[in-house]
Amino acid sequence: MRALQRKLVRDLWLVKGQALAIALVIAAGVAMFLAYLSTFHSLRYTQQAYYDRYRFADVFVSVKRAPLGLQDRIAQMPGIARAVARVVVDVTLDVEDLAEPASGRLISIEVPPRPTLNDVFLRRGRWPDPGRPDEVIVSEAFALARGLEPGGRVGAVINGRRRELQIVGIGLSPEYLYSIRPGELIPDDARFGIFWMERRGLASAFDMEGAFNDLAVRLRPGASEDDVIARLDALLEPYGAFGAIPRSLQTSHWYVANELQQLQTVGLILPIVFLGVAAFLLNVVLTRIVSVQREQIAALKALGYTKRELAVHYMQWGLAIGLAGTALGTIFGAWLGSGMTSMYNAFFRFPQLSYELPLRIVVAGALVSVVAGTLGASAAVARAVRLPPAEAMRPEPPASYRETLLERLGLKRWLPQAGRMVLRNLSRQPVRALTSILGVSLAAAMLVLGTFILDAIDVVLDVQFFVAQRQDVTVSFVEPVSGRALHELARLPGVLDVEPTRAVATRLRHGPRRRHVSIQGVVRRPMLQRVVDVDRGAIELPPGGLVLSTMLADLLEVRPGDLVRVEVLEGRRPVVDVPVTGLVEEYAGTSAYMAIEALRDLMREGPTLSGAALLVDSREAATLYERLKRTPRVAGVSLKRSALDSFKKTMDETMYVMVFFNVLFASVIAFGVVYNTARVSLSERSRELASLRVLGFTRGEISTILLGELAVVTAIAVPLGLVLGYLSAGLLIAAFNTELYRFPLVVSTATYASAALAVTAATVLSALVVRRKLDHLDLVAVLKTKE
Amino acid sequence: MGEVEVYALRGVSLDLHASEFLVLLGPSGSGKSTLLNILGGLDLPTSGRVTYRGQSLTDADDRELTEYRRHHVGFVFQFYNLIPSLTARENVALVTEIVERPMRPEEALELVDLSDRLDHFPSQLSGGEQQRVAIARAIAKRPDVLLCDEPTGALDIVTGIVVLEAIERVNQELKTTTAVITHNAAVAAMADRVVSLADGRVVTERRNESRVSPRELAW
Repeated sequence: MRALQRKLVRDLWLVKGQALAIALVIAAGVAMFLAYLSTFHSLRYTQQAYYDRYRFADVFVSVKRAPLGLQDRIAQMPGIARAVARVVVDVTLDVEDLAEPASGRLISIEVPPRPTLNDVFLRRGRWPDPGRPDEVIVSEAFALARGLEPGGRVGAVINGRRRELQIVGIGLSPEYLYSIRPGELIPDDARFGIFWMERRGLASAFDMEGAFNDLAVRLRPGASEDDVIARLDALLEPYGAFGAIPRSLQTSHWYVANELQQLQTVGLILPIVFLGVAAFLLNVVLTRIVSVQREQIAALKALGYTKRELAVHYMQWGLAIGLAGTALGTIFGAWLGSGMTSMYNAFFRFPQLSYELPLRIVVAGALVSVVAGTLGASAAVARAVRLPPAEAMRPEPPASYRETLLERLGLKRWLPQAGRMVLRNLSRQPVRALTSILGVSLAAAMLVLGTFILDAIDVVLDVQFFVAQRQDVTVSFVEPVSGRALHELARLPGVLDVEPTRAVATRLRHGPRRRHVSIQGVVRRPMLQRVVDVDRGAIELPPGGLVLSTMLADLLEVRPGDLVRVEVLEGRRPVVDVPVTGLVEEYAGTSAYMAIEALRDLMREGPTLSGAALLVDSREAATLYERLKRTPRVAGVSLKRSALDSFKKTMDETMYVMVFFNVLFASVIAFGVVYNTARVSLSERSRELASLRVLGFTRGEISTILLGELAVVTAIAVPLGLVLGYLSAGLLIAAFNTELYRFPLVVSTATYASAALAVTAATVLSALVVRRKLDHLDLVAVLKTKE
Repeated sequence: MGEVEVYALRGVSLDLHASEFLVLLGPSGSGKSTLLNILGGLDLPTSGRVTYRGQSLTDADDRELTEYRRHHVGFVFQFYNLIPSLTARENVALVTEIVERPMRPEEALELVDLSDRLDHFPSQLSGGEQQRVAIARAIAKRPDVLLCDEPTGALDIVTGIVVLEAIERVNQELKTTTAVITHNAAVAAMADRVVSLADGRVVTERRNESRVSPRELAW
């Protein structure tokens, strides 16, 4: 090893505490980068492999009822490789240990041999026997949530009659990677199950013999999706088609894609912020080191070392710390990533979710941290290189002090001597004081940034489940029903209030843009199922026209006053131009609302409803659920409480784990910054403090001077950091938004308080460490060294 | 208050001859250090010319000055300027690693009688020992010019003599042109030639008939 390298190693060892603190910050950034992006990679890779192996379809169409003979015709159409006609029906389930009704989706499969599209992975058990119409394969998520096993049974209300479904297998399908009830935001695995059953049994139960109501299509390579969709729409129009949708809009895929996009965004943004902080820290510490080693640098220059050699030497400080952080972060990131990936199995069901950390992500992580290290070191390196050798030989000129503004304002006599020293020291080197303040405030900001997402989710849930949906139970019918059903619902036991809703499947067009949307018809001034704007609160719907969520309006590129072509996909299938009469800013989904009367007029029908919102007296809920389970035309019943509970449970399992790590990493930063700040000022001031000790100051008194500075820095930095945290949260939110969710920029007082508390704790901890060093200050050694 | 220009040196004209031992004598602030820095290529004069073996140093760029220092000049500083994290041997190796035909670090340390201190860190050495390490570091490259800035300034008499002996030995055995700056008039007796500086000007210049060995200097 060359002498200069030995110097590097020994000097690094001398500042090991600070170097380690910075390396840990870098490690945190690298670990997050690796964890998020490798999880993203693993999920996407698994998803694609799953899609391929289990032949996930490219285009999906629902129709009311079409003859089975069309299947072959469709398969012959240009651009189509394969078409599978199915019967898909939503039913109410009656599960033994569940008071309230659950929902099930029955899907026909051809056995034998196997579904040629949207195949089912059989986890356990066997395929249904062709001769036994009640045998089903149940989705794994539902089976796990309900403790179902092959050999068990589930009651289902099929066409008004209760039937026992025999579970013969547990399965998964790429079509239901994320299984969510239509129209809902969060999955409720305990109350929504998928059942695959043999085609003939299902068809005969629903009068679908020789017919189908669902079609899955595989495109030929290179075929135009748009062309195929247009042809399918034209062909199936007479059969009550709800419009063909591409895979990108298929419910499960859409959710997964949104989630993956978010994962990737977070995986890029958070680590960059962390590594930025690390670079900043490195800069502070290295600048200090360069100024301490001023005379060594001068000597090296005098000995004939070139600028390049010196630049490389000081750059190696940054690189060494960066590489140590990278190594640590890689190990931790791989561990974290595999944990995160398996956590995603709670959301997405894969036959096998294998974690993989691709080399290119590791390399990218190392590169990013090396860039951060280099950037952090470069300013200090430039200083070292620029230092004129003859000048550097001389000690730094003595610092010039002056009275601070506070003192000049007449506060002097109120400030004790130590207080004056603290203030003068801070104001003597305003840049250094500012960098310390900035560093500590960054730590506070990172804490806010790492945790506020829980606040945002709380607000979204509160708005969705308490402000907008004030009902306890939402009922949906198989088909639109007449107004009489509303009165029947109102008379059910425990029902306190009932409000009709009419959902109409449509395709909205504006110019070349189109979107499949179910228009929600609700009463104009709803008490239960309300339309809520994030700023304005619950709004009253205009008597006519469409009210769109801003996300949908953006997707369609419409503004209030524009006409939107509404192509209704059910009933008489009217096509009408409807003006947009309002926009509503929502947190989730893409919605379109209309006053229910206007929607009925558009449909040219009487007082129909397709669903209802119920306010329920909890004491009679059990009786009500029992009755609902047996009500023939009820297709689904969703309970706000249970959906929310199950969502919170999932959140506990996942989000809190991530937030825990965010907080852990942010705390590492907080400690790293504060500790470094304290150590740097200790090394700068040890001579002065030792002189004071020699003059007779006590340990406590000199501690007050040094730690007083730290206290002032922290006191200024924390509020600033909270503001910075709020601003950076705004940036993250902007990047975080997807079609599915728009998170509000909300930071709760509790989040601010805990961030402030954590930084204060880090300060106290660092202060204690520094205090210990102060207590062991070797007076003679310090004073002997030449300034 | 405007800035006042202060000239450290004015109108200094000086030649250094091969193998010569020159002492630059003068009180604090007389401009000795500035002169030495200019001779060593560490600093450039605001006006005037400096040439080394016919090459102009005043017209040299930073890279050329670095080359000059690297291959021709050995520096000894008043405060030693050793790298505290490197041992005596490693401090010397710092130089031997970057030049052509250097001595081995052990050989250079042997010349200053520090063979038994090879693996000691600066903090484990006395001031005189540190200065001798600095001399070893300066001569290990077999420099053409050895420039010493108050080499005994921070040392007591006994230690100072040991250091001066080391410098003299280098001058005599390696025939290295040597310039020593000092405010200590007694040291002048060691030199071939003595130049006195005051207020940035050369005041006197004299040649010693014979050189006195450091041990016999009258302090």
